[in-house]
Amino acid sequence: MSVRHALLALLTEGPKYGLQLRQEFEQRTGEVWPLNVGQVYTTLQRLERDGLVASDDDAADAGPQKSFHITDGGQAELTTWLKTPPDLSSPPRDELVIKVLVAIGVRDIDVHEVIQAHRRHIVELMQEWTRVKRDAAPEDVPLALVVDAELFRLDSVIRWLDTAESRLRRAPKPEPSLPAESRGPGHGVPKSTPSTRKAGARR
Amino acid sequence: MSVLELSGITKRYGIGAAAVDALREVDLRVEPGELVAIMGPSGSGKSTLLTIAGTLEEPTSGEVSVGGLELSKLSRAEQAQLRRRAIGYVFQDFNLLAGLTAAENVSLPLELDGTSAKAARAAGLEALERLGLAGRADHFPDQLSGGERQRVAIARAVVGERRLLLADEPSGALDSVNGEAVMRLVRATCQGGVAGVVVTHDAQLASWADRVIFIRDGRIVDQTSAPDGPESLLEVDGAR
Ligand SMILES: Nc1ncnc2c1ncn2[C@@H]1O[C@H](COP(=O)(O)OP(=O)(O)OP(=O)(O)O)[C@@H](O)[C@H]1O
Ligand SMILES: [Mg+2]
Repeated sequence: MSVRHALLALLTEGPKYGLQLRQEFEQRTGEVWPLNVGQVYTTLQRLERDGLVASDDDAADAGPQKSFHITDGGQAELTTWLKTPPDLSSPPRDELVIKVLVAIGVRDIDVHEVIQAHRRHIVELMQEWTRVKRDAAPEDVPLALVVDAELFRLDSVIRWLDTAESRLRRAPKPEPSLPAESRGPGHGVPKSTPSTRKAGARR
Repeated sequence: MSVLELSGITKRYGIGAAAVDALREVDLRVEPGELVAIMGPSGSGKSTLLTIAGTLEEPTSGEVSVGGLELSKLSRAEQAQLRRRAIGYVFQDFNLLAGLTAAENVSLPLELDGTSAKAARAAGLEALERLGLAGRADHFPDQLSGGERQRVAIARAVVGERRLLLADEPSGALDSVNGEAVMRLVRATCQGGVAGVVVTHDAQLASWADRVIFIRDGRIVDQTSAPDGPESLLEVDGAR
């Protein structure tokens, strides 16, 4: 999430104070991405350093009273950013994929149960997001958009799990091949949530 | 009292070596106002479960109650009346009558049940309107797109004094915004005290349900647990 560019976008509407920027950022992202004041000020400082925004007050550290406007350079930067494709390359090691791969080889672990545990967890998350969407005011389009994005992301994980499951059902059973110390009850059972962001698992 | 109660339902199709156990010892209760989604791979028994809950088919063994009435204790005529009056059913292939317009299809069950033609039409038009089909009320099914036909079938299932709403893949032919409109209508219907069961492959649609049940090889293998408080979401996933 580029806070930098979101702030630039808000400044295209006219000069604003830091606190105001924070409030508007949260409103327009459906209040799903909380932002702290510190983040806003550090981001503004960097934008100013890079010449993308300028302060309207001369007082060097007017703090919360300081108002900012976007520069021509900032406008150009924003336009470029909006049209630049985001980085959609996959994280180097997707934790969920690794868990399923590992589960295939671990004795006493049924990979289908591992898949179902993740499937249930993700559907529960999707239910929570859907509840957010359901309770939102009909005119709160930003919130609906943010929630949809989460739902589509989670949905694609479910589809991958479904596909993994049917592939495994069709395939002949492989021999367990992991070393002895990683076998046994409890090993390889995922306890944490599947998160593609925390790619902390090691091969 | 549960609106729908299935206990120990087994359904076997065919005999001998060709027998298929489409459902094995399935227990399920759905309360008034509750919306349940059923997810599972193709052939896992979802439609079979729904047809048995809808009294369209009898189980090989086990007991079905709708609104507290044990089906096995009702006469054919009483079962038919229950089906017509209390149960709204959306079939996987819609089942619209080709010779009737969209509005007539929707209001037919009400009329069969003794509602005046005028009141039935008004209720039918209202349901169509909520699904964005006001302009198609006087079209015949073959003049409608696949997704429009699907929405007519849903409108037909929610009109009148339903107690149980059963839908088999109610959004198969719909894009996600229309699929969402369907689920919102189903939810609104349940909010009024109707019990709903929706079969779907689609996790986004299933996530409108209060409870999601997972079925594999004719057995219920898992279900989602009751939600945490509304705050949990932002802690788990929203804070970045
Ligand atoms: N009338 C029938 N005679 C024999 N077998 C049947 C009959 N109806 C269903 N089956 C079998 O029962 C099993 C469950 O079928 P069902 O239609 O309930 O699956 P489903 O979960 O709805 O699948 P899908 O997602 O493809 O609609 C399947 O193996 C199917 O072949
Ligand atoms: Mg089916």
